[in-house]
Amino acid sequence: MGEGATSGAVLSVEGLGVRIAGRQVLGGVDFAIAPGEFTGLIGSNGAGKTTLFRAILGLQGASSGRILVEGRPRTRRTDSIGYVPQKFLLDPDLPLRGRDLVGLGLDARRLGFTLNRKRRAERVEEMLAAVGAESFADTRVGKLSGGEQQRILIAHALISRPRLLLADEPLANLDLRSAQEVVALLAGICRDRGVAVLISAHEINALLPVMDRIVYLAGGRAASGTSEEVIRADVLSGLYGHHVDVIDVHGRVLIVAGAGDDADLHGCEETVEHEMPAEPAAEPARAARDEVVP
Amino acid sequence: MSAAFFVFAPGFWDNEAVHIALVIGAAVAIVTGVVGVFTVMRGQSFAGEALGDIGTTGGSAAALVGAGPLAGFVAVDVLAAAAMELVGVQRVRGRDLATGVVLGAAIGLAALFLYLDTTQGADGGSTVTILFGSIFAISSATIPAVVVLAVLAVAMIVLLYRPLLLATVSPEMAAARGIPVRVVGALYLLALALATALAAITIGTILSTALLIGPAATALRLTRRPWRAMFAAAGLGLAATWIGIVLAYDSYHWPPHEHGWPVSFFVVALVFGLYLLSGAVEWVRERRA
Repeated sequence: MGEGATSGAVLSVEGLGVRIAGRQVLGGVDFAIAPGEFTGLIGSNGAGKTTLFRAILGLQGASSGRILVEGRPRTRRTDSIGYVPQKFLLDPDLPLRGRDLVGLGLDARRLGFTLNRKRRAERVEEMLAAVGAESFADTRVGKLSGGEQQRILIAHALISRPRLLLADEPLANLDLRSAQEVVALLAGICRDRGVAVLISAHEINALLPVMDRIVYLAGGRAASGTSEEVIRADVLSGLYGHHVDVIDVHGRVLIVAGAGDDADLHGCEETVEHEMPAEPAAEPARAARDEVVP
Repeated sequence: MSAAFFVFAPGFWDNEAVHIALVIGAAVAIVTGVVGVFTVMRGQSFAGEALGDIGTTGGSAAALVGAGPLAGFVAVDVLAAAAMELVGVQRVRGRDLATGVVLGAAIGLAALFLYLDTTQGADGGSTVTILFGSIFAISSATIPAVVVLAVLAVAMIVLLYRPLLLATVSPEMAAARGIPVRVVGALYLLALALATALAAITIGTILSTALLIGPAATALRLTRRPWRAMFAAAGLGLAATWIGIVLAYDSYHWPPHEHGWPVSFFVVALVFGLYLLSGAVEWVRERRA
């Protein structure tokens, strides 16, 4: 504790470097998250978002730097962090209701059976209501839609009352409306319960209205600050190692590689993402050769 | 008299071999039902099948040195489970590979031991007993060992229920909660080894998977909760085993006369029938829903 800017932070990442199989996936990543802050971790596929999450969760060792959770090095058995994994397909035949999965968030680490079932059921019920999942809580989780599964997974992560919620690409594979609902839900949780949220996404626009802070990952390095501080041509150009422009199109942000700079585009690790359909105006002919975050 | 006479042929209730079979059959059905639900949910049916087959090596080795088959099944299955774990059964990609490699090596040994059993052993029937079981030929001295192992395996599943369940749903989410996913998986594999070894003494090494997977798969079609599925699987396995024992006893009076049909046949046929029936139940339910 007590290291200037990071004191009181629920999470501080200091000079983090991660090497996997000899490849430097992350290097010199620095940022801190204050309690109750909504932070977006933005970067395209392969930028190292999942690796960063795994490092924060203690599932991936760091080659340099350190990660502090509430001012202390994290232990393996912490309840301070809730985790919503990247969208995975739950087996539709799995005999598990949404309600059961949420309950496991409370006591999955414990051996044997629950004694105080009434108290447990109450907390599960309260959590299901908080994420708006009561109506489908008795359906097999594998049979729920993507957005419904997200809500169940968020409830599972939150029921142990963490100070920080990590959500890995919760908006991927969701239609626009479900994505907006999930963002609104997470923002509400952040505001009402004082839980800091760190959410990864390769698309920035859905998160712009709610983000207090942004951590932008590119080429294994990170820039962090408010979106005004980070989403700027000079900052992002420095991060990518080549010139990029930040363009505002009808209130949506587009990050495009500098015109006439083809060589740099090819040298860049990032890939073009079109997960969510952009508005027609935001999709000019140049999209094919530009790096676009629609 | 009348109906009961035809169901339970004369001497059924007085026969000591029948008593032993009913007790051991019950213990084994409960263990395989409870353990089998997780085998099906974790997609480890192949590991279960392999551990069953591998038991052949233990049973045939035990016959060579004059020991009881149960000791052989348990020793070799536990060793095989440890070997699978070391070779990498828990990585999804390496899982079938690890199982297959260990299975191949063990069955090679079984080929040798069974050959030696038939050429040198005094008891020529041991091969059939090991492969297909003979629940009426178990001595009462085996009961305590069976019960102890059965209680041990069930206790492991009950204790590990929640960590194991979350690790089954998502190893990532379990790891993020600080659950030692690998240790939990290894302990589960040990319980699986015990369950298949126990199943092997009742219906044989080759058929042991039927009792492990069949009732569990049937139960999982009928309920939405794992612990209910465990009770259902144990109950279904118990029903199949006991009815199988009754029918096998009755079959002594069926053609060819004076030669009863094997219990294993009846148990496996009943398990399969229940599975088909559950498919019909599921189909009707889905059409109504």
